[in-house]
Amino acid sequence: MIPAQFDYLAPTTVEEALAALGEHGDEAKILAGGQSLLPVLRMRLNAPEVVIDLGKIDSLRGIRDDGDAIVIGAMTPHSVVEHDPLVEEHAGLIHLAVEHLADVQIRHRGTFGGALAHADPAGDLGAPALALGAQFVIQGPGGTRTVEADDFFVDLFETAIGEDEILTAVRVPKHTGWGSCYEKFVRVAHQWSIVAVAATVRMEGDTIAEARIGLTNMGSTALRARASEAALVGQPATEEGVAAAAAVAAEGTNPPSDLNGESAYRAHLATVLVRRAVLNAAGA
Amino acid sequence: MTAVQDTPTAEIGKDRRRKEDQRLITGRTRWTDNITLPGMVHLAMVRSPFAHATITNIDTSAALEAPNVIRVITGADVADEQGSLPNAWPITPDQVAPAHPPIAVDRVVFAGEIVAVIVARSAAEARDAAELVDIDYDVLPAALELKAAAEATPENGGALAHPELGTNKSAFWKFDSAEAGTGGNVDEAIAKARTDGIVLEREYRQQRLIPAFMEPRSTVVDPTGEQITMWSATQIPHILKFLLAAVTGVSEAKIRVIAPDVGGGFGGKLQTTPEEFITFLVARKLGKPVKYTETRSESLMAGHHGRDQWQKLTLSAEKDGTVTGLKVELLADLGSHVALIGGGVPVLGAFMFNAIYKFPAYQFNCQTVLTNKTWTDAYRGAGRPEATFGIERIMDDLAAELGVDPFELREKNWIKAEEFPFTTVAGLEYDSGNYEAATANAKALFGYDELRAEQARRRESGDKVQLGIGISTFTEMCGLAPSRVLGSLDYGAGGWEHASVRMLPTGKVEVLTGATAHGQGHATAFSQIVADRLGVAFEDIEVLHGDTAIAHKGMDTYGSRSLVVGGEAVVKAADKVIEKAKVIAAHLLEASEDDVEFSGGRFTVKGTDQGLAMAEIALATFAAHNLPDGVEPSLDSDVTFDPVNFNYPHGTHLCAMEVDTETGQVTMRKYAACDDIGNIINPLIVEGQLHGGIVQGIAQALWEEAVYDDSGTLVTGSFVDYLLPTAADTISFDLDHTTTPATTNTLGTKGVGEAGTIASTPAVVNAVLDAIRQFGVQDIRMPCTPERVWKAINDARGGAHAETVAAAAPHFDASTGMEGTTDRTSGGNPA
Repeated sequence: MIPAQFDYLAPTTVEEALAALGEHGDEAKILAGGQSLLPVLRMRLNAPEVVIDLGKIDSLRGIRDDGDAIVIGAMTPHSVVEHDPLVEEHAGLIHLAVEHLADVQIRHRGTFGGALAHADPAGDLGAPALALGAQFVIQGPGGTRTVEADDFFVDLFETAIGEDEILTAVRVPKHTGWGSCYEKFVRVAHQWSIVAVAATVRMEGDTIAEARIGLTNMGSTALRARASEAALVGQPATEEGVAAAAAVAAEGTNPPSDLNGESAYRAHLATVLVRRAVLNAAGA
Repeated sequence: MTAVQDTPTAEIGKDRRRKEDQRLITGRTRWTDNITLPGMVHLAMVRSPFAHATITNIDTSAALEAPNVIRVITGADVADEQGSLPNAWPITPDQVAPAHPPIAVDRVVFAGEIVAVIVARSAAEARDAAELVDIDYDVLPAALELKAAAEATPENGGALAHPELGTNKSAFWKFDSAEAGTGGNVDEAIAKARTDGIVLEREYRQQRLIPAFMEPRSTVVDPTGEQITMWSATQIPHILKFLLAAVTGVSEAKIRVIAPDVGGGFGGKLQTTPEEFITFLVARKLGKPVKYTETRSESLMAGHHGRDQWQKLTLSAEKDGTVTGLKVELLADLGSHVALIGGGVPVLGAFMFNAIYKFPAYQFNCQTVLTNKTWTDAYRGAGRPEATFGIERIMDDLAAELGVDPFELREKNWIKAEEFPFTTVAGLEYDSGNYEAATANAKALFGYDELRAEQARRRESGDKVQLGIGISTFTEMCGLAPSRVLGSLDYGAGGWEHASVRMLPTGKVEVLTGATAHGQGHATAFSQIVADRLGVAFEDIEVLHGDTAIAHKGMDTYGSRSLVVGGEAVVKAADKVIEKAKVIAAHLLEASEDDVEFSGGRFTVKGTDQGLAMAEIALATFAAHNLPDGVEPSLDSDVTFDPVNFNYPHGTHLCAMEVDTETGQVTMRKYAACDDIGNIINPLIVEGQLHGGIVQGIAQALWEEAVYDDSGTLVTGSFVDYLLPTAADTISFDLDHTTTPATTNTLGTKGVGEAGTIASTPAVVNAVLDAIRQFGVQDIRMPCTPERVWKAINDARGGAHAETVAAAAPHFDASTGMEGTTDRTSGGNPA
């Protein structure tokens, strides 16, 4: 389909982008990789007057080692994240989730920050971001601030990014040596997760010392499976050992009912997928 | 008699790469949307968001002010001239059918119906202006759910799709073997079996599907020439030309229809559409070329849908499994109108429920029903997949009920190889077949015994992943169709096909066919046939089609007819060429015609080394310097061929599915098929048809469903929610063939275009069930979603049969209001 007319701006610095955002307010939409925005424009579900393309701002791209964390530029394409050795070594859960994200073509265009800022609870990056305690670096006219993952996802398609702010980077605390697994449940390969579980565990011998579990599509935002996390501490990485923890995976969640599954089914899936993801992550 | 001897390199049977592909895959294409004409203007359609409503006001003033808008047309503006879209097959004389105006006039009857048309200088400006048309609607109750719609009357206050008709029932069509004299009385057979034998009563759901062809539909009309030319992404240019004339009153001789490159149809482009009629009307009104191209969203919503039936089957058998009777009661959803063939699609399945089995008694009852949804019509298989699904499901159910091997049960009842030709209880004569051979081949290819052994091991150990094996032994009736049979069914046209072979002076050949390829590869297959027949090189043959001014006569492409009917016309036309050439050859060689033989492209005199090549005869005919008296200077030949019977390919398909009992997830492990499609012209083309057809059938079993919500809005309005599989979702299939040639055409060929789709759906569903019957599951509704499978296992009542939740999750923006948005802010129930 053909989008309605819009003005196109392509700033080359973050300051220019912020200025444009300030000037146009809610008449403007930010364009990152376009994999969520362009379908909206083409189906005319939304018609912003101004589109601000961040694609020419080089400072927003790239992945670097920052000591106890890795920093991923918001405009880094998924395919770059997917193949980056720093991500694989220190944030294995993100590496695994990105491998499952959509398809190859979309991963070449879509961006890490763009997908997170879009905040679709069925998107694959929210749960790993929560599980790894990512920190979101947000820049606005007043300066730069950092928001913890637990505070970043506010509601359906809504984050802590203000209307006059831009997400510039995501800081992921290193989880080197943790076991990881992303269990994605779909009917066809290219669809959004019906339910997915992002699990990362720190082992002490055969025992789970610490577990962090993110849930995809179990509510209006990505969620932590906190009840399961707590129940896993000190458990052996066996079917029996994790059974009780897996059984409470859906506590505190509010899964939707749609044509891929009803609420109760999703809640059940979460328990199975948490069990499998944790055991996989633990290398059992 | 003309005999073609084996040439050293026979074309028939060769896996020739298709002639069409070089051009198609390097972009040297002419899709309808590529066509640009001087002064061309563009249309955009304003469509109703409501399933059923009266139009109380249309304000076009803002749209008319929009940049470069030339005109805005409403239904009221053209009420007296736009005519009504045709129904070419009223299945009964008393069929109830509403008028079908291309643009709604005072009432809309499905969500997506066109209510206004914008004409503008560019497609983008037309689209912009379409959003400015302001329409007031009074919403009316919509007839949506099929069973409820069938029951609705003015007295009981049920919603009527077209209140002025006083009913939603369109036509009731029945076939009874006792009445037809082709078999016994099915009610007696069932009654007897209730005491002495076994009776199975089942209800199956054929869900609504969307053909979802790759190329969205597009139409361009140029009224500026002597003839009005329409290019359209259609499967049926000849039928379209005829019906344009019939509906609009424009002289048929003043209309030319061209199907240029067409990107797939699958029955979805077997239609004369409101968009085509509107484009034609606007072009004539303005005297300018006009183009309309739909968006994918429009295509899914307004292009006709397929399937959508409730099936009640009653099967009676003796205790040893010998079948004694089959009664079928169908409710078929027509949607908002009786479309081109729509009413007849279920009837195409009427003769196929008995399938390959020797039922002594058979009855088929079908009630077609109008609803306020997109109308339904042909979709790959058109009636036969529905029938094959019903019978192959119930045969598996019967085997399970009796505790016997499902292959043994089938073999006990099927037509044996030595019994062909066999006239069935439905009155069709199957010419040839060998179900034993195809089955043995398929079982070996599949590794049947090993997989059964694995299944047993998994059952015994209570493995979380269970294995199921599904069978589908199918036949189908294709090669549409013998014209007399069509006449007896009240179909509005015949089923012949036309071919013309033209010998050019330089020895090259042009073949005109009335078949209209939209991906099938006819140009390649027909070239192979003519190359062998005339002894001319494959590369020297050009196949022309799709343009009514060039391939002027035809009944187009659908129903797996192009090879077995169209190809037969080509063969016969080539043979006529040889007959004509022989007379001239004999004259030139100064021999008697009886002494002249034709082989490998040469005419030779028996017992001598004298001879002339076909090319030399062609040149001599063109020059006409030395022809026998009374012989026309032409070898060109025409044939219009009317088949005497349908065509009956058959096959055995086997599917192994793994079921994860903890989640309900199903994974295909193996799929093998042995199909008998008679003699094969091009094995590569056949493989393509089978692989693609099989995937489409699997997609019905596992993924596809057109879902409407309570307001009659299509929830599955994009590929986000209408799940089409990709190569990432399917395994590779193991295919083989047996060959029992058809006895009803020269080359012994049988149709294959729809066979894969017809066979595969029940193979998959039977496999899923086979894995979980042990948990007390008797049936599962399509598509077999993981949720349905899981619910079936855990609660062998209800859950597996629930309707699909009519809500689609938004993935873009909560404020966008995509249809059927589920409210994820509150979780749980859909908004």
